[in-house]
Amino acid sequence: MLSIGLGHYLTLAAIIFTIGIVGIFLNRKNIIVILMSIELILLAVNINLVSFSIFINDLSGQVFTLFILTVAAAEAAIGLAIIVVYYRNSGTIRVEEIDRLKG
Amino acid sequence: MIAHAIVFYIFSLIAIVSAIMVTVSKNTVNSVFFLILDFISISCLFIMIGAEFLGMIMLIVYVGAVAVLFLFVVMMLNVAQQKNEWFNSSGRSSHIPVGLLVSIIIFFELIIVIGGWKYKPELLDSIAIEINTDLTNTQSLGSVIYTDYIHLFQLSGMVLLVAMIGAIVLTFRQRSGVKRQSYLKQISRDRKDGIELVDVENNKGVKIDA
Repeated sequence: MLSIGLGHYLTLAAIIFTIGIVGIFLNRKNIIVILMSIELILLAVNINLVSFSIFINDLSGQVFTLFILTVAAAEAAIGLAIIVVYYRNSGTIRVEEIDRLKG
Repeated sequence: MIAHAIVFYIFSLIAIVSAIMVTVSKNTVNSVFFLILDFISISCLFIMIGAEFLGMIMLIVYVGAVAVLFLFVVMMLNVAQQKNEWFNSSGRSSHIPVGLLVSIIIFFELIIVIGGWKYKPELLDSIAIEINTDLTNTQSLGSVIYTDYIHLFQLSGMVLLVAMIGAIVLTFRQRSGVKRQSYLKQISRDRKDGIELVDVENNKGVKIDA
């Protein structure tokens, strides 16, 4: 309990990952919160990679975390641009009212 | 050791609570603020565990760029005042129990994997890049990124370039009625388009065609 090991970090990452999943599933408001939940999920993945990298003494995990950071930033930029365009065209970004694809 | 544990628990508690607040917060602006808090506490954990460079990069990239971008978009789109009902099922939303069930199952699967998992004995022999404790974290990362992972590094630069161009192309809008300079027109203007020499007779004046 008092000596912090790999399991603690993995559990923290699992909790944050699940919160991100819950945020995507149960969202009834705007899409921006869904994008933020995706950021949370990527953050949990980063925690996993960094803690494995530290605890098995291998640097390549941190390198891959760097690339995940890049992809997350690119994804946020593109997603927000799409949201801005959608809001300009339809005037709403509420999840319930986005049904143009009739899914 | 005890101080380490206490600091870990404090930061992870803050991270978990703020992650919950991101998803349940009524106001989207508050969600963004809690997202920033989450990133900051996780980067503190990274610094504590010994990955200082990633912790600092996380602060710069996430808090400095991504979260501010979120905040900017939230405030620009004027969705902050929308009343967000979270569990208020308005008729057709029967996905909440299924969603909760699936998330709980995912969580327990992750926990089972963490609890019942052991290192393979060959794992510690197959380390790709061993961490050198003589160098700082930034030094060792830099010596790896620019040599072994140079192609991936340049590829991620291309990803960022494509994202930048994509975002600009998506949000670009040509407005009508805005006066703007056209360099092509300016440069390709000729002398005979702009100037006309007229022989003016005395006491007659010049008639200009409008």
